[in-house]
Parts: sequence; structure tokens; C-alpha cells
Amino acid sequence: MPITLALALLVFCAGYAALFVAPDEATMHEIQRIFYFHVPLWTAMTVVLSIACFSNIAWLVSRRPMWDLLGVASAEVGVLCCTGGLITGMLWGKPVWGIWWTWDPRLTSTFILWLLYISYLLLRELIEDPHLRATLSAVFGIFAYLDLPIVLLATTLWPRGQHPQPVLFGGPKSINHTMLTVFFLCMISIVSVMILILADRYRLEKLRFEADELRVEIESREMDSQSAPSVQGIVGKGLVHE
Amino acid sequence: MNALRATFTLFAKECRLEFRTRELLTATVVFSLIIIVFFNFAFDPTPAEARRFGPGLLWIAFFFAGSLMVNPSFAREQTNDTLDALRMAPIPSFAVLSAKMLANLLFLSIAEAILVPVFSVFYNVSLVGILGRLIVVLVLGTVGLVTTGTVFSAISAHARMRELLLPVLLLPFLTPLLIAAVSTTISLFGDAQELDRTWIVFLIGFDVVFLTTSWLLSDFLAEG
Repeated sequence: MPITLALALLVFCAGYAALFVAPDEATMHEIQRIFYFHVPLWTAMTVVLSIACFSNIAWLVSRRPMWDLLGVASAEVGVLCCTGGLITGMLWGKPVWGIWWTWDPRLTSTFILWLLYISYLLLRELIEDPHLRATLSAVFGIFAYLDLPIVLLATTLWPRGQHPQPVLFGGPKSINHTMLTVFFLCMISIVSVMILILADRYRLEKLRFEADELRVEIESREMDSQSAPSVQGIVGKGLVHE
Repeated sequence: MNALRATFTLFAKECRLEFRTRELLTATVVFSLIIIVFFNFAFDPTPAEARRFGPGLLWIAFFFAGSLMVNPSFAREQTNDTLDALRMAPIPSFAVLSAKMLANLLFLSIAEAILVPVFSVFYNVSLVGILGRLIVVLVLGTVGLVTTGTVFSAISAHARMRELLLPVLLLPFLTPLLIAAVSTTISLFGDAQELDRTWIVFLIGFDVVFLTTSWLLSDFLAEG
């Protein structure tokens, strides 16, 4: 609870700073402020999906249920970040580029990434057996994660492009100091929020798993107790000596 | 039984099963033909446009048909629980997977061998002088398609709605392969008739990466 409250305060500060403290950008003006949310969402997505891939491998190696639960939780949060990133990107693209969407390498590859992880979640829904579901979706998750750099490479080699060159790293060093501070504040707060959601989602999945285990146990006990009276009946009729 | 012999035996089994009825091949060829015919009515292309858009059409037809064709690979083993028998056999699990990959490669290649000349006749695209290079592109693209297609069919075989699920899993995954295959074929159909080296390396890379990953993960796929 204290962590949630502290994080809520941090998010409030970051939001306030992004909207009111950070200076106006020279060419894009107000719409540039969406970057304070847009870029951190991508960072959070990268972190969370890397956790998903690690969990998939860990499940295949160790077969401990926690890795499967963490895998699905992080894939869901990854899809959430990706959806947020795509929407904020489109909201920014319309006024600045004049279009909602363009088939540029980064847009295309993130959209394919979104499709891949949606299909991962769909696959999980459609396999009944829990152990099989965990193993097969882990294999698919590893394939999907491996596909990402290849998608990015293919879309980069494909001769179209609209995205700007790197601004923070490797680009011209002319960013306002306040802007940079606000940007990192937003980065920390959004990544932390996503990790908090991930932790909560993991807890929920763990409770579901435990509930399923208990249900199976109850069913097996019920089956035992159904067979038990017949033995007593036999004893009562004197067919079996106690 | 060594792995190579097991693969060959299982590959022969797959071929015998298919060539007894030829239902998979017939359905795939007819499905692709329908896409080729529909393209004409959807876009009404001039000969120049057919050369420009033809490669995309061809590959979309192959990808869609391929994603349906690989579906029965594992699904038909479930009818009589023959997958359990394969799993119990003292052979490496990759032998089962690779036999199915080889069989799918053969079936899809046969379908392509029928469809490419038909496409060439229907849309007046001459293949003279580029046929050898076109075969290289077709083989590299098809290997990537059937490798991942067979793996994903092993995954989707255990799911509900598997016929619909497989293309949903497979097609987004194959986007880089589609981009590479179409780009190479476009440059081949262009005036220069050149084979783009970068894309050929890319196609080889894709095939190698996912063939290796399939080999590494084949034991887990066999659990299903």
C-alpha cells in the first residue's frame, strides 16, 4: 500500500511536470508533451516483454509454475504498454506528420509485435490443459521474441521511412535541461507503474492458479469419499471382517 | 534407428499418406488459383502493373495456402492418437518434426511448380531468363514458411479452433519473410532482372535462425 501511494504521488508529479513545468518545444509546441508519456511506454514495454521472454525460457528449463504465471502477466502488461504507445504515437502523428499512420519500420514492427503478443494471449485461451498450455505458449513466446529484431531489420531494409533519428542517444546534443529532467521523471514513474501493474497481475494469476489447484484437490477428495461409503457398506453387511 | 533414417521413414509415411488421396495438394492449388483469379477482378491490372504487383500476389497466395496446408501435419495424427505412438518411438523428436517439414516443403513446392507457370500465362509475365534465380527465391522463402508453419501447427494442434488459430499465429510472424521474398521477386521481375543480394542473405538468415530454434525446442513441442 505505501508503495502504491508513493507511486501515485510520483505519477502526479511527473504528469504535472510534463504538462506545466517542461518548456514549450520550438516547432511542435504543446503536442510534443505527449513524448513524456509515449517514449516511456515503449521503454516499459521493452522491459516487460524481456521479462516475458525470460519467464518463457525459465518455465521450459525449471517447470516451476511461477514462471508460467509471470510469463502471461508480463505479456498482458506488454500488450497494454504497446497499445498505449501506438495510440499516443498516432495522436502525435496526426498533427505533426499530417497522418495517423505510416508504414515506417518502427511503426510496422511494433504493430506486428502487438499482433504477435495478442496471438500469444489468444493461444493461451484456446489450450485447455494447463501444463500443455504453459509449454506450448512458452515455445511460441520464444519464437515471437526472436522474430522482433528480424521484423525490425526487415522493415528497416524495406525502402520506406518516416521516423526521426535518435534524439537522446547519438543525436545532436541540444536538449533543454528541464525537458530532460522531466523526461526522466516520467520515464521512472511510467516504468514503475507498469512494474506495479505487473506485480498485481502476477498476484492475481497466482491466486487463480492456487484456486484451480484447490478445486482439483476437492474434486479428488469428493471422489474418494464417494467410494468410501461402499466399503463401509460392505463392512456393515458383515462381508468384511474389521 | 538413427535420426536420418527415422526422418526418411517418417517422410515416406507422410508422402504415402498424401499421395494416396492428394487431397491436401489439390485443395492448396485450387485455393491459390482462386486468389490469383480474384486479384484480377479486384485490381484489373495492366501488364506493367501485373509485373509490379504480381510478386506480392504470388507470395500472398503461397503464404495463405501454406498456412492452411501445414495445418493437418499434426492435427491428423490426433484422429487415431498416432502422435503418442510417434512420441514413444525410440527416435529423436526433431526427426518427427523434420520429416513433417520436409513433406510440407515437397507439397508446397509442387503447388508452386503448378502455380508459377499459371500466373505467368494469366498475367503475361515472362519467366524466360529468370527461372533459375526465381527458383532460388522460391526455395528460400518456402523453407522459411514450412519450417515455422510446421512448428506452429504442432502448437495449434492442441488448441480449440486450430484451423483459425494457425494463420493468426503464423502470418504476423512471417511478415519479415514476406517482405524479403516479395522485395527479391520484385527486383527479379523488374527491368534489371537482378537478384538482390541483401534480401537473399536475409532469407538465408531467417531460415537458419528458425530451423535452429525449431531444433533446439523440438523436445518441448513433442510434449504435446
